[in-house]
Amino acid sequence: MTSRPLLPVHDAVVAGGVVAPARRDLVIEAVGLRKTYRGRGRKAKPVAAVRGVDFAVRAGEIFGFLGPNGAGKSTTLHMLATLIRPDGGSAVIGGADLVRSPARVREVIGLVAQRSGTYDDATGRQELAVQAQMHGMGKAQARGVADATVASFGLAEFADRRIKTYSGGQRRRLDFAIGVIHRPSVMFLDEPTAGLDPPSRAEMWQEVRRLRDNGMTIFLTTHYLDEADALCDRISIIDKGLIVAEGTPSQLKRDIAGDVVTVHLSGPGSAGGADESLLAATIAVLTGLDFVHGVEGVDTAVRLYVDSAATAIPLTISALVRAGIEPVSIEFRRPSLDDVFLAKTGRTLRD
Amino acid sequence: MKLLRDTWLIFRYEAVVMARNPGLIALTLAQPITYLVLFAPFLKIAMAGRGVATYGDAYAIYVPGLFVSMGLFGGLFAGYGLLNAVRQGVVDRCRVTPVSRTGLLLGRALMHVALLEFQATMITIAALPFGLRVGLGELLVAYALLSLVILLSISISYGIALVVRNENSLGILINTVGQPVSLLAGVLIPLSLAPLWVQNVALWNPFAWATEGLRALLTGHFATSAVWQGWLVMVVACALAVWWSIRQFNREVS
Repeated sequence: MTSRPLLPVHDAVVAGGVVAPARRDLVIEAVGLRKTYRGRGRKAKPVAAVRGVDFAVRAGEIFGFLGPNGAGKSTTLHMLATLIRPDGGSAVIGGADLVRSPARVREVIGLVAQRSGTYDDATGRQELAVQAQMHGMGKAQARGVADATVASFGLAEFADRRIKTYSGGQRRRLDFAIGVIHRPSVMFLDEPTAGLDPPSRAEMWQEVRRLRDNGMTIFLTTHYLDEADALCDRISIIDKGLIVAEGTPSQLKRDIAGDVVTVHLSGPGSAGGADESLLAATIAVLTGLDFVHGVEGVDTAVRLYVDSAATAIPLTISALVRAGIEPVSIEFRRPSLDDVFLAKTGRTLRD
Repeated sequence: MKLLRDTWLIFRYEAVVMARNPGLIALTLAQPITYLVLFAPFLKIAMAGRGVATYGDAYAIYVPGLFVSMGLFGGLFAGYGLLNAVRQGVVDRCRVTPVSRTGLLLGRALMHVALLEFQATMITIAALPFGLRVGLGELLVAYALLSLVILLSISISYGIALVVRNENSLGILINTVGQPVSLLAGVLIPLSLAPLWVQNVALWNPFAWATEGLRALLTGHFATSAVWQGWLVMVVACALAVWWSIRQFNREVS
């Protein structure tokens, strides 16, 4: 990809005086972060949103938190971005202690939240200038930086219109530009492409990579498998407030040894689907085979985890036929992150 | 210094956004002007035996009441704006920057004060043709006292909004709290006409002290005790309410 310069050079507003990190290349180090929400109302039970997560993000990385809705991704991100005080645990971000000196953390981070964070009646250029001023720039300097950002993020076409007239993709581009206007060393992106159409998503991915190429470290949350796979250098899979797996996408997939064979018991779109007993019988037959490492029933199909699909498929077919079961179709593929999630939690992420 | 700068920055930011809706600002003037034109004339007749001889006298008594009622209700509505900003994510976006969080709330509150002071000015101008006469000095001191009234009710509204976090509850609270407080402040009819027990209850209502102070100023009694008492009560009440709302805000907002 081509890498445009992120922002023109302007005086850094980030103050110095940060504590020395334990390891120089670690930009975020979180240990045992916890958050429990007290329920609202008398009968509400407390909800343990994040139950103690540890992770480390290296400089220049795109690090993703992958998990279903309600897994604790956003809560973790909000804690790191100084918006929610953790109940326990600690974190060091860009050398500053999250709990003891959140003000210093704020000097080195930027946030693009799920909600855009701009007024519908303001214009993009106004919001950019205000954001620059909130980061300590003077009026004239802020205006200059806003203009340069408009150019660098390709916002010129709509920067002087009211934000309420923007498309979803235009809003997101503005949100990104606002979030990085002070050139933070760490960017937090909360579900950066949620609700965007495919072309806008691709554009945002390019934008995220461009930020990284300009030296930023990115921490993002997502519930999209393809986003975690294609965009992130490393990911943590989070479920019910705990990290269940961590690594590069390819590492995680490699840990699910071999291939995934899917046996379909009824064609896609056929009415009614396979009945429960057929599914159960199929699972029972396939579980007994010695080359099968794992079996999961998903809708009207059964997923097998095997070392090699090439040798497993003939053996699978003959075993099924011997038991009087006729599969509709069989396919195989390399494992996806969904298989990783399934293997770790027993559920699929698409649910 | 940083607090002042940040407060001013947020003040201007909010003002620019607000100014993009001039129609809305004009609309909020409709109700006070209606009262000014249709209610105040009643007072001339109702209070004829109590030293009110002309329309000018009636307006000098009613305009301060209108100031307080406008400041009270206008201020109480400020919580809606705050909740809206929270929901749109504007508050979180600002809170991630190094901008002072106290300045974030104060700038927003003071912009609202300025908006309502603008309304008060419009009301004053509208009352002039009806015969209101007031010295510039008295008027400026009255506006300053009114600022505290407005800031007090804004802070109460912010505090409540941050506790309940929902527009419906806020609306119900505004009405149940606002109505008795405004009546007990004598915004429509001076408390001197009220039965003694009402007057005794009103002693506990800071807005009543403010109304008395404002009436003294607009009727040209600058040097009466009502003026300094109104100031004293307002300064104390305002300080407490501002402190409370800032404390609520500086807790977690998200």
